[in-house]
Amino acid sequence: MEGPKIYGYIYGFPITQTLVNTWIVMVMILVVCAILTKNMQKRPGKAQVIAETIVTVMDGLVGQTMGKDKMRFAPWMLALIMFLAFSNTSGIYGLRSPTADLNCTVGLALMTFFMTQYNGLKSKGLGGYLKGFLEPMPFLLPINIIGEFANPVSLSFRLFGNLLGGGIIMALLYSALAGLMFFPIVIPVPFHFYFDIFSGLLQSFIFTMLSMVFISGAMD
Amino acid sequence: MIGDANIVDFLLQFLGQFDGIDVIKAFSAIGAGTAMIAGVGPGIGQGFAAGKGAEAVGIRPDSQSDIIRTMLLGAAVAETTGIYGLIVALILLFANPFMG
Repeated sequence: MEGPKIYGYIYGFPITQTLVNTWIVMVMILVVCAILTKNMQKRPGKAQVIAETIVTVMDGLVGQTMGKDKMRFAPWMLALIMFLAFSNTSGIYGLRSPTADLNCTVGLALMTFFMTQYNGLKSKGLGGYLKGFLEPMPFLLPINIIGEFANPVSLSFRLFGNLLGGGIIMALLYSALAGLMFFPIVIPVPFHFYFDIFSGLLQSFIFTMLSMVFISGAMD
Repeated sequence: MIGDANIVDFLLQFLGQFDGIDVIKAFSAIGAGTAMIAGVGPGIGQGFAAGKGAEAVGIRPDSQSDIIRTMLLGAAVAETTGIYGLIVALILLFANPFMG
């Protein structure tokens, strides 16, 4: 598997495959949202029931994980899990997954990191926030600071490594099966099911869950 | 009579007859394979988590969804070190910093 291709430059800013595939994923999410929320009624139709189920499940998950007082994070978490779910499973229809690029995952992890720090600072106050670094013992201050910066690193590398590893294994499989006439149609199916659907959806769920845990952990 | 120093000399002499880039490539491949030994730890950890999860579901089948969610989260955290090993292996194979 190769790195993301660079299609061209706009004012010296490279337009990579990751960027283009992110736009495709964004368009897909917009289309799905438009279809599901079209013509909303008091008595919901089929599409509206699906949309309401997704929102209700995500609200329940956020309420259970972060607490009922932090429900204002639910829309962000739903947006995050939708983007990750769509981009992680984009290997099925032949796109290079945008999350198999470290730039994308580091961006997402930095959003979680800054949200963690900002909300922790806001809800605990400056004194409580700084005091949190001295717990349980004052001499553990360097360890706590390193641990705080290790969170975005491990978040981004986990997503990136899983997606890129899956992509590399799929590419090796296809190159190994290239000489066969019939089997390339049948053999990759279970691998696609595992690496694209199961692993992709699991990783998007885990990224969102860990974001919720970090943010709510910093706030209380 | 071959002492330690002689073995090192012999090894350096042996490697010296190849192109420098080829030696770096060969040792990078060995290093990538060695880095993936890190996969042992997450394997043990995730297996342990899955075993305990199955145990907990056996004891309390009614809270199965909570148990599975917690287990997946723990398994994902346990996977981190293995992913670090994978990243090191990938860097050595595809973005080797020693090749200049």
